[in-house]
Amino acid sequence: MTKRSSSEAAAWLLFSAGGMASALMVPMLLLLLGVVFPAGLLVPPEHADLLALLDNPLVRGVLLVLCVLSLLHWAHRFRYTLFDGLQLTRLRTPINLLCYAAAAAGSAWAAIILLG
Amino acid sequence: MSKLASESTTSEPGRAGRYRAPASRMWWLRRRSYVLFVLRELSSLFVAWFVVYLLLLISAVRGGSDSYREFLALSGQPWMLALNLVALAFVLLHAITWFNLAPQAIVVQIGGRRLPAPVVAAAHFAAWAVLSAIIAWILVGAR
Repeated sequence: MTKRSSSEAAAWLLFSAGGMASALMVPMLLLLLGVVFPAGLLVPPEHADLLALLDNPLVRGVLLVLCVLSLLHWAHRFRYTLFDGLQLTRLRTPINLLCYAAAAAGSAWAAIILLG
Repeated sequence: MSKLASESTTSEPGRAGRYRAPASRMWWLRRRSYVLFVLRELSSLFVAWFVVYLLLLISAVRGGSDSYREFLALSGQPWMLALNLVALAFVLLHAITWFNLAPQAIVVQIGGRRLPAPVVAAAHFAAWAVLSAIIAWILVGAR
């Protein structure tokens, strides 16, 4: 019992941290990188400039933390969307496993790309 | 052990034996506030999509100027722009509902008095504005 509730508390804390980090940073990043630059509303950054930006350890660290926390936020919230939204409470364990395995895989991918 | 007994031991502790009216899978379409709740919950899917999109962009940049140009062409496709616009709407819904709920999760006390909820929410919106400005300055300034 205590083991379960403490892991739920950790999941909730990481969900909150991810919710906060993504709410603070994702809207502007997505607006610029996903809409404004691709649509040609502003000239996109040059390749060399982005490469220089990604050479900065602070930028890489912030992006890695943002990616990992955002994925943990997704894993926690989405499993409850499935339990409650679709009334899939019986599939709780496989849904938990799948969501957190996906978040772990995404975090590993982020670490390889950003730290490699 | 009978089926009923095994079910009651595997279900959530403390819940065994209590009658729960079955809810339909579409329960959330019944009220506007329920729909908003489900849309807010679904926003997490688009937060995850953003991470995938960002990592694809970064690996394209890492792959050289040709792969970066290819990624820009792909992200300029109408379906990709539409997907990112929908994602932006959901991410904005996430941010606004998150900051509005923050005062319920975070209790700030100054001099023994609890900071009023609108002040806590306003501080979050201000932090959002500052960080967004910094990100825009870095990315637009990097051009």
